[in-house]
Amino acid sequence: MIKRAALYKELFCSTFRLSAFTFGGGYVIVPLMRKRFVDELGWIDEEEMLDLISVSQSSPGPIAVNASLMLGYRMAGVPGALITAFGTVLPPLIIISVISFFYQQFRSNYYVNAVMLGMQAGVAAVICSVVLDMSRSVLAGRNLAAGLILAGVFTAVYFFKANVFWVILICGCIGFFGVLDRCRKAGKGKEKDA
Amino acid sequence: MIYLQLFLSMFQIGLFSVGGGYVAIPLIQHQVVELHGWLSATEFTDIITIAEMTPGPIAINSATFVGIRVAGIPGALVATFGCVLPSCCIVLLLARLYYKYRSLNAMQRILSGLRPAVVGMIASAGLSILLLALFGGQLPSSFQQVNGPAVLIFAAALLGLRRFRLSPLRVMAGAGAAGLILYPLLGL
Repeated sequence: MIKRAALYKELFCSTFRLSAFTFGGGYVIVPLMRKRFVDELGWIDEEEMLDLISVSQSSPGPIAVNASLMLGYRMAGVPGALITAFGTVLPPLIIISVISFFYQQFRSNYYVNAVMLGMQAGVAAVICSVVLDMSRSVLAGRNLAAGLILAGVFTAVYFFKANVFWVILICGCIGFFGVLDRCRKAGKGKEKDA
Repeated sequence: MIYLQLFLSMFQIGLFSVGGGYVAIPLIQHQVVELHGWLSATEFTDIITIAEMTPGPIAINSATFVGIRVAGIPGALVATFGCVLPSCCIVLLLARLYYKYRSLNAMQRILSGLRPAVVGMIASAGLSILLLALFGGQLPSSFQQVNGPAVLIFAAALLGLRRFRLSPLRVMAGAGAAGLILYPLLGL
């Protein structure tokens, strides 16, 4: 019982803290979650983290909330999911409630802007770093097909503003028809321990 | 019944915004500005700016803001709840399916196609943020468009993350503090 309570508390506190720092769009939650739950707590591995993100992407709603729900469910079932969702929603709810009373001043404040500009550069570094780590794990075993999907999706989404729904559908199909398995043969041993 | 209207409106936004914040913005605008007139066009632009400056998903930020404007704190709670309810139901369903079937061969193959795709999508978002932070959005055509302090902070943050394995939370807090010192110092 006590262990359960400790788990709930950890889930709530972790997601609350991460959510309070997701400046600059939903994907920022990915490096933060990865650091906390993969590196520090070791609750899930890199591959499962990527799976959580793909499921979060495939369903409607903010990625940060969806990823927290997935993680909470994984660790403690439906109650866990509700706790992590609550922990994720609470910081923006509090911050916006406070700001809404003086948002004109907040938006045009010089010092607030200076902090935000600095933070934006920090966020860019955090995302670049997680992309490096994740590409390394996805491309492990010199998988050519995985590399092509990564580059193709990047091009489609960045340059052609492709709809995420179609991207997920198409890449799921590519995976389903086993293209990656055929390219993986050479690096199979390596994949297993990753 | 303003609470019910708020709830239903935000529920629709939560339900139809597949694929992240920038899909949600036009949906929110339609519901909040055009359909119900809860915010003016200027207020809506303001809330998007503020949503970008504060942590948290854009959909939740605007739901909270609209809720407060329309019906105070209870309004904010109702609106935010409406906004995340569709996620909760659908993600929990998908989570069940994922953990039930993920060891199936077919599911493994699908996921193996999705993993590199997810990294590609994150890379795309990362590049947008990088260009926004360092050059104000586009590739620079002259030296003046390069945001000097931002480049400095970016390099230091990357070094901290890669070389010294600092936690991203610390790096972001440090980057904010560096901004607060550098920009006024350089008179920018």
